[in-house]
Amino acid sequence: MKPSPHFNKDYYGGALMVVIGLCAVYASVQYKLGTLQRMGPGFFPCAVGALLAVSGLLIVLSARGGQPAQETGGHHPAGLPDLRGGLCIIAGTIAFLMLGNYCGLLPATFAIVFISALGDRSNTVLQAFVLSLAMMVIATVVFWWALQLQLPLVKWGA
Amino acid sequence: MAQSLHDLWFGFGVAFQGTNLMWSFFGVLVGNLIGVLPGMGALSAISILLPLTYAMHPVPAILMLAGIFYGSQYGGAIGAILLNLPSHPPHAVTCLDGYPLTKQGKGGTALGITMISSFFAASVGILVMVFASPLLTEVAFKFGPTEIFSIMLLGLLAGSTMSRGSPLKGVAMTLFGLLAGCVGTDVNSGAFRFSFGVPELSDGLELVAIAMGLFGVADFLLNVNRMKTITANTNLRIRDMRPSKAELKEAIWPMIRGTAVGTVFGAMPGTGPTITTFIAYALERKISKTPEKYGTGMIGGVASPEAASHSKTQVDFIPTMSLGIPGDAVMALILGALMIQGIQPGPQLISEHPDIFWGLIASFWIGNALLIILNVPMIGVWVKLLQVPYRYLFPSAMFFIAVGVFSTQNNLFQIWEVLAFGIVGAILIYLNFSVAPIMLGFVLGPMVEENFRRALLLSRGDLHIFIQRPISGTFIAISCLLLMGVTWSAWRGRQRGNAQESVAEEVLASAHVPQDQIRQIGQAV
Repeated sequence: MKPSPHFNKDYYGGALMVVIGLCAVYASVQYKLGTLQRMGPGFFPCAVGALLAVSGLLIVLSARGGQPAQETGGHHPAGLPDLRGGLCIIAGTIAFLMLGNYCGLLPATFAIVFISALGDRSNTVLQAFVLSLAMMVIATVVFWWALQLQLPLVKWGA
Repeated sequence: MAQSLHDLWFGFGVAFQGTNLMWSFFGVLVGNLIGVLPGMGALSAISILLPLTYAMHPVPAILMLAGIFYGSQYGGAIGAILLNLPSHPPHAVTCLDGYPLTKQGKGGTALGITMISSFFAASVGILVMVFASPLLTEVAFKFGPTEIFSIMLLGLLAGSTMSRGSPLKGVAMTLFGLLAGCVGTDVNSGAFRFSFGVPELSDGLELVAIAMGLFGVADFLLNVNRMKTITANTNLRIRDMRPSKAELKEAIWPMIRGTAVGTVFGAMPGTGPTITTFIAYALERKISKTPEKYGTGMIGGVASPEAASHSKTQVDFIPTMSLGIPGDAVMALILGALMIQGIQPGPQLISEHPDIFWGLIASFWIGNALLIILNVPMIGVWVKLLQVPYRYLFPSAMFFIAVGVFSTQNNLFQIWEVLAFGIVGAILIYLNFSVAPIMLGFVLGPMVEENFRRALLLSRGDLHIFIQRPISGTFIAISCLLLMGVTWSAWRGRQRGNAQESVAEEVLASAHVPQDQIRQIGQAV
């Protein structure tokens, strides 16, 4: 999916910075600000938040009338990321969290590797399964046995 | 002078101790391995292995992390030369002449030259470090909170404006990092800030979680299903890697010039490695008698940028270790690792922990020598590794990230932080922000705040103190000049994109590279 030519990322990026900055200012005003000589806990975050909002504003302003955003985002392909892959990675991580909490290291390892591997469209279920088994072996030998990770291999309940 | 040599001798004693040597070797081996893997760089390697160091003694921990850093740089060059894969931005420029050499069947020679120039450049960088650090430390002892704040301000500004991408966005990302550094308990008053009622956040965000989120998960989220598959048909023999006498002669001056460029840029805080290698390449082309040949497989086009990147790596450690001010995101991570071990980098480091400082320097030499020995027989293995499909790589890496983050505090809560920063990082990268300055801001944030508060407490709230004290005033003046310079060049380059990109594009366009390759490398920069 290609974004429309009018889609200028800098507008959204700048606006996001303004929002984050203002939120930080709003939150830190509720802590004590203090004076320049005796600063309270809110002073520094408030100042940084204000600066962030200003720089966000400048980003929006410099995007106006400039050329459409050019790609500088590191070694990443342009355009939107792949939805299935991204969702699988996020789901796998959450599964690791939940299973790690309630069922132990081995089920959690299986879940994160298997679900993330399914996110890649060229992986078959069998390949994902074999990869997860291999990772479970590594989890047992390297992390549980050699590094003494403080998470039981299999358990039940929190 | 004699004292430095004496200390260096002591450092070799430290570095040759069994455990230290072993971890240093482990570091360069793993760094080299991860550096070769497509889509992984020094940042992801260090953040994944950082939790391992928590249980270790500080000396082997820091030797290992440094080993990972320069090991992964060696690894990155292999992919660039053999497969034309600019997966690590600093090596993008090496592709220009390295890959044509491979096509002519001289890939082995190019790798050999790379190794020689890297070793040479690293040695020069180490020598500079040995003799410059004690001098810098003497000056640094005169620093009070005012001076420390000003120099950190300069470091942050330079780090955010002179890395890659738009300077304004770099500043925004640094500020974002500073805010992230505020999360947790305020040291002066004990008040919880930005903790949203979550008790786990009262200790602040976890360095490792942020690093893995931003440089690991965010990358996977964006790259999944979109990495090109790689096929290589290179057969390398060890014999191929020894350059002939004529080739060595051709490489020697570019190597020395590249080293000089890297040393100068390393001493400046905040100049990224990418721009350093591009400038080294551009310089080489400019003074060459046959500039039109660059891009078709010139030895000098490989030797100079590789030398620059390695000498910069070594020299970068000077401000990090002796002032406590990291030059880029990798250095910020190493600084963070030192602080986790309870060691405050700064002018006292050399006198209080001579084993760390001199041991580290000595281990640079040993590590670089190990890398050469390691790379000669292992080159075939690396070539195989380059072809590990991304579809196996990222699920395994996700597991290592999850387990690694858990092990930092034996708490699954940190994984939420990784996930949150992964998603935030992916959004920011998608919006063309570069996330590395966040790391810089996060690590320096608490120190900046503390020194700012202390300086104003001493001056009774008078802001003039920052310009009245001579050393501090100088740093503030340099920061202002830097800001004006960046604004001016942004103004001027409005039609052509920002300054760094135009340097990169100029280099690429003039090097007679095929159009599709320019686009590919342009994306990497």
